Amino acid sequence: MNMDIKHYPGTRAITIFCLLVLYSPMLVVAVYSFNSLRSISNWGGFTFDWYIKAFNNPAIQSAALNSLSIAFTASLIATAIAVCASLALLRGKKFKGQGAFAGLLSLPLMIPEIITAVASLVFFVAIHLTLGLGTILLAHIVFCIPFAYLPISARMKGISADYDQAAMDLYASRWACFHYVTLPMLMPGIASGMMLAFIVSLDDFIVANMVAGPGASTLPMTIYSMVRIGFTPEINAVSTLLLLTSTLFVGGSWLLNRGDKQQRSE
Amino acid sequence: MKKTQGFKRLTQGLSALAGGLLLSSAVQAEGELHLYNWSDYMPQALLDKFAEQYDVKVTQDTYDSNETLLAKLKSGVKGYDVAVPGDYMVAIMVKEGLLENIHANKLSNFSKVKKDLINVYFDEGREYSVPYQFGTTAFMVDTAVYGGDINTLDILFNPPAELKGKINMFRDVNDVINAALRYKGYETCNANRKELKEVNDMLKTASENWLSIQSDGAREMLVSGDAAVSMVWNGMALRARQEKASLQYAYPKEGLTAWADNLVVLKDAPNLENAKLFLNFMMEPENAATLTNFAGYTAGVEGTDPYLDEKFKGALELNPPAGAPVAEFVPPCDPEVVRLYDRIWTNLLK
Amino acid sequence: MSATHKPTLLENDGVRRSLLLSPAVIMIGIFLIMPLLMVLVFSFLQPGTYGGVIWEFSTDAYRQFFFEEDFLTEEMVFTPAYLEIFGASFTNAVIAVFFCFLVGFPTAYFIATRPARTQGLWLFAITIPYWVNLLIRTVSMLFIIRDQGPLNEFLLNLGIIDKPLSIAYTQYAVVLGLFYSYLPFMVLPLYAAIERFDFSLLNAAHDLYASRWKALRYVLFPSVRNGIIAGCLLVFIPSLGAFIAPDVLGGGKQLMIGNMIALQFQGSRNWPFGAAAAVILLTFVLCLLMFFAWRASKSSQSAQQKAQHKAQQKVQQTNEGGSH
Repeated sequence: MNMDIKHYPGTRAITIFCLLVLYSPMLVVAVYSFNSLRSISNWGGFTFDWYIKAFNNPAIQSAALNSLSIAFTASLIATAIAVCASLALLRGKKFKGQGAFAGLLSLPLMIPEIITAVASLVFFVAIHLTLGLGTILLAHIVFCIPFAYLPISARMKGISADYDQAAMDLYASRWACFHYVTLPMLMPGIASGMMLAFIVSLDDFIVANMVAGPGASTLPMTIYSMVRIGFTPEINAVSTLLLLTSTLFVGGSWLLNRGDKQQRSE
Repeated sequence: MKKTQGFKRLTQGLSALAGGLLLSSAVQAEGELHLYNWSDYMPQALLDKFAEQYDVKVTQDTYDSNETLLAKLKSGVKGYDVAVPGDYMVAIMVKEGLLENIHANKLSNFSKVKKDLINVYFDEGREYSVPYQFGTTAFMVDTAVYGGDINTLDILFNPPAELKGKINMFRDVNDVINAALRYKGYETCNANRKELKEVNDMLKTASENWLSIQSDGAREMLVSGDAAVSMVWNGMALRARQEKASLQYAYPKEGLTAWADNLVVLKDAPNLENAKLFLNFMMEPENAATLTNFAGYTAGVEGTDPYLDEKFKGALELNPPAGAPVAEFVPPCDPEVVRLYDRIWTNLLK
Repeated sequence: MSATHKPTLLENDGVRRSLLLSPAVIMIGIFLIMPLLMVLVFSFLQPGTYGGVIWEFSTDAYRQFFFEEDFLTEEMVFTPAYLEIFGASFTNAVIAVFFCFLVGFPTAYFIATRPARTQGLWLFAITIPYWVNLLIRTVSMLFIIRDQGPLNEFLLNLGIIDKPLSIAYTQYAVVLGLFYSYLPFMVLPLYAAIERFDFSLLNAAHDLYASRWKALRYVLFPSVRNGIIAGCLLVFIPSLGAFIAPDVLGGGKQLMIGNMIALQFQGSRNWPFGAAAAVILLTFVLCLLMFFAWRASKSSQSAQQKAQHKAQQKVQQTNEGGSH
């Protein structure tokens, strides 16, 4: 049999081009964040100065604190909601409207972000909610839910209901069964989902920009307004840190899922 | 089992932390000041000085045009204490009930305000506002790219070949339309539909030669060379020229806009007293000079000269040459004109 | 099991399920669906002079899409200007989808044909940019393609060009930004589809003297059609409503629908018109999604399986024929 038919020439080159396109802008930013000169064309030597400067910038400090607390709280709540929802949808008997509920959970993914942003603005203003960290948090919880739900539900599907059955046959209460049986097995999915939700919240610019109030600028908003004024290596430094955070979290989430898969396949 | 206990402790700790973070942002309301300002318009050092002097935590958010400020406030954003509207915008905000009457003229440093800035049309006798900085709006040309006469609005609306596709316009409905009206020789704040139609068509044609329409990035675009012409405010022009000497501020013969920005306290400001302290603080000549040294515009108070940098001596941007037209203040237009302007503006942007 | 427990209210499956579902339903219901309905309501109101709305019913916002008062006669005349923005957004999105497919398909194919051991790593490399801050990615793209940026610097030094390419702040830059932003969205579903593809079908086609192109066209593409559709939709929908790429790379001049909507709520102060634009965009997107969902569910059982079945028969035949 000729196995070579599978191979199409040029696909490797295109894949490398694809990765080059995806990564080169990020790498360029990272490299210039260490350039001691402000210049783009000249390399003045390696430095950490821009990072120190960025850390000492009060606007960046408060924005980073805002972003981290929102991302943390939003991902925590969204993950809790997603765990509950996956218990309801994937445990127990099938029920009418199951598909509709699953669709509802992924609704935030299907709506263009700008529409979510203006809809949230219009709504918060109409119900006289003061715009600020709280409104950003509420909006973020909503669109974090599907991102937390995906890995959690995937994991849940992998856990056989027999475990529950066995526990309950041993007179475990529903709660004890969830607490001692399902939850520990679900943990990798939960951690992975929460990491993704955290990243999604940390990265959002469009929605936060629309529903932010006084003193509630997030990191992407601050970067946006700084870039408008002038491209400084300080921005490159902050951006690099943010890129690194995302990469670490996604990497962590991926490793959890992979370990999980391998375990199951063994 | 051990794992779940660990998890339990973790979640407990984390939720306590989350609650704490949320609370902390709500509780700290005492000793704060929320400033809503143009971007790149306030040196951090000055905010730090105020924060230290009065033990107040200052936060600043930014906007890029008077209209954005108004839109944000009208959409129900609350919690800002101090904003920096331009002249005509003060008039609109007073009328819309967005400002707190703080009897600004009773503040202790008010005596330092320049005399001709007290009885202004937008706030007669200064009840709501104190002067921040004032200046002019025109444009700036990179003379290394184009060597001809730059003191004409042709540069923006009928540019020479060298400048085509290298022009940045302000993202500001009034600045752009007022310049276009002057170029056509018409009155500003104009409700004449025939003339506005001409302006509308002229802008649409001219925009083919424009590179971009944005305000707060103008200096960066000029300095980096992305744009060879950009609308600028004179202080921005001065800062740009210091980074790139070939840039020159133009005084177009058809006329240019004068403006005066002001500090105001917003209605129901959560930190009214701090806001007043801040207004008073900014009228201190030394502080006003620090602001001018950073932003490059003329201070609204007397006595700043001893503190000013060398760069302001004879700077073309702040001292119009002989024969340059007198810059014109443009009062707020009728709602009918505003509506027509908005239409021209949307037409232009689409 | 149920006999050993006294059924309390919480033991009731339906009650327990409702309780578990309620947080999600409440959050999404109140903070997403209600706001969307509010947008629908606002689109039928009149704009306030300086932003906000006046609570009076009006269809002006929708009429404004097609008709505009003439400057001179004050009569309503047909103006295609806003339709043109929709058209331009549509064009940009389609071009972005085209290039994403052009690069994404070979990439997905390449990854899917790697040994299982390394597939994960390749995939991970594609996934990372998907999660990385879109604003920063777009801004760094601007940084690279500026007249004085590293790309021009590089090409000038190599002598490929003699004056900087002016890409930034043009439609090319916007499309490039869309392509770059959503490329991973194309690769992932394509990979998922190709990975499930039975490669022996390609061998079968080859044995029947199909050229490489014909094998691709008549065997691979039909089998992974749903993956192709999913990838194209995942690129098309966010591209159509994109805000960041046109704003950052288009210099505020190349408006797309997303920017136009944002503009109505920020600078232009016409909330009902912005709301109407959002309603139109959302309706279009949801119709598109439902159409393809419907088609996929209809065709997946029939056509695709039939094709696969036929192909499999052919494989068997050829295998039998070949093993004489």
